[in-house]
Amino acid sequence: MSPERLGTEAVREFVYHEARLIDEKRFAEWYDLFTDDARYWIPLTRGQPDGDHHTSLMYEDKLLLKVRIERLKNPRSFSQQQASYCQHVMQAPSLEVADPAQGRWVTRAPFSYFESQLDTQVVLAGVSWLHLVEVGGVLRIRLKKVELLNCDAALPSVQLFP
Amino acid sequence: MRYRNNPSAIRALVHEDEVHRDVYIDPELFALEQEHLFRNTWIYLGHDSQVPNPGDFYTADIAGRPLLMLRGGDGILRVLYNRCAHKGAKVVNAVSGNTGTVLRCPYHGWTYRADGTVRTIPLKGGYEGTRFEQCQASSGMVSVANVENYRGFVFVRLSEQGIDFRDYFGESLTSIDNMVDRSPEGRLEVAGGVLRYLHNCNWKMFIENLNDAMHPMVAHESSAGTAKTLWSEQPPDAPKPMVIEQFVPFVSGYDFFEKMGVKIYENGHSYTGVNFSIHSKYSAVPAYEAAMVQAYGAERAHAILAEARHNTVYYPSLTIKGAIQAIRVARPIAVDRTVVESWTFRLVGAPDEILQRTLMYSRLINAPMSVVGHDDLLCYRAIQEGLASDGNDWVSLHRNFSTEERRAIAGVHTGTSEVSMRGQFRAWARFMTDAVTKAGAP
Repeated sequence: MSPERLGTEAVREFVYHEARLIDEKRFAEWYDLFTDDARYWIPLTRGQPDGDHHTSLMYEDKLLLKVRIERLKNPRSFSQQQASYCQHVMQAPSLEVADPAQGRWVTRAPFSYFESQLDTQVVLAGVSWLHLVEVGGVLRIRLKKVELLNCDAALPSVQLFP
Repeated sequence: MRYRNNPSAIRALVHEDEVHRDVYIDPELFALEQEHLFRNTWIYLGHDSQVPNPGDFYTADIAGRPLLMLRGGDGILRVLYNRCAHKGAKVVNAVSGNTGTVLRCPYHGWTYRADGTVRTIPLKGGYEGTRFEQCQASSGMVSVANVENYRGFVFVRLSEQGIDFRDYFGESLTSIDNMVDRSPEGRLEVAGGVLRYLHNCNWKMFIENLNDAMHPMVAHESSAGTAKTLWSEQPPDAPKPMVIEQFVPFVSGYDFFEKMGVKIYENGHSYTGVNFSIHSKYSAVPAYEAAMVQAYGAERAHAILAEARHNTVYYPSLTIKGAIQAIRVARPIAVDRTVVESWTFRLVGAPDEILQRTLMYSRLINAPMSVVGHDDLLCYRAIQEGLASDGNDWVSLHRNFSTEERRAIAGVHTGTSEVSMRGQFRAWARFMTDAVTKAGAP
């Protein structure tokens, strides 16, 4: 993707593509979408200002993302001996910030998320925010923030990536 | 109805070195646990820093009973049954907040003072000439008589008669002491929110696991083990991130966990990490240590910080990690359903970095999205389902059993012993049957 093509459509496509890589378990490709200093963050409360001074459901840097991805390949990931699968259903993302000159975009996309493991299925709803930057002519994620509708509920195990 | 009003059948479920599967899977025993075990013992309700100001409240169910912890205008913390004296509606229907100056039932507008007594009833004249003044409704909401605030940790014993707080916990309270003493001001504040993780298993699997030192290297191989492997691929001089400090000790070898030691107290309480623990080698935070030395003097400060107890189980439902200022509370819902709450604390007077370490640990280990938690819960659930098997009704707790335990179970044992579980079931049998034996069902 060349810089001149990083228009609104390209940014929107990126949002769908990111979700699709998770759903298709193309985790190595998904991991590469993140900048080295990126965070993948699922706050525990509504309007939570940050992930350092309050507990979160997830607040992963790239090392922790790598641990999750590598673990899924491990035959001794006991909670995944019956594998989980997931499906995002994304609403069309809006561009909350679009600053091609600075190579910076923020997208907002409400979504539903289904995670199934044989006979059980977890359903979550929320809003996915991507803070995107242009790195060498392509889009990269600096922050993925997932605001879950029921972030304050007693949740069962959620094992993949909402 | 095999077990109701049948204390000898309940006692027969617990041998000195094994336990019958029904304790985990029988719904009747779950109901009896709520009526007896969780009423006859001291159960953690909440922390007094959750209700700092007059009118502040926190609600939770204990033994299936709705409770209301409330700070009055007089500054006194009280616990009431959260039930309107009139028709029984829960008077407060949020988890936490502030009631203002009075409690007011949402249904017919009866109002109460902070001590539960009736303040006003709309159209009170309607009760003239009735027996209202003689009935229990006229005396208001019922208070819980047995409440103990131990250094900020609020416990209740719902049964009117029973074991005294100090007799119940004894020297195990030193673990709470150590957590509180880690604050340069000797004070904790709940901070950072509460993680609530729904476990589709019996509560005892979670509680037993806290001092089960034979599982981490097996169950957590794929999570902590992966972190360890990834870290080993880094150059030797790379700065060690806090996540690596926290993850890697989980996959220490058997020798580490054996030598860690487990200390047993009467009534089901215990802690692992007598000699050292997975928390012992965290990087020093110089500003914090300086604040501790300033507050306590060098000798006492170092003694407080040298304690790195792993998990302390305050049987049956509270588990604490003083060294990391996090607690987990088992809230049983059904025989195969438990909510595990993880609360974190700020050490008042300590630098922010200490709280951040606490929050990271709780998120990595205790969140519903924790890879460590996923494998633990898989194992608990596997037991819940596996125990439906025929041909073996008993769960083995024989590891490092010694006939010495018949005389006294309290003391220090090898860290990988199953003695903590034997101690828990000894307490279970006692408090499940105490009141039944003495006075029939409560």
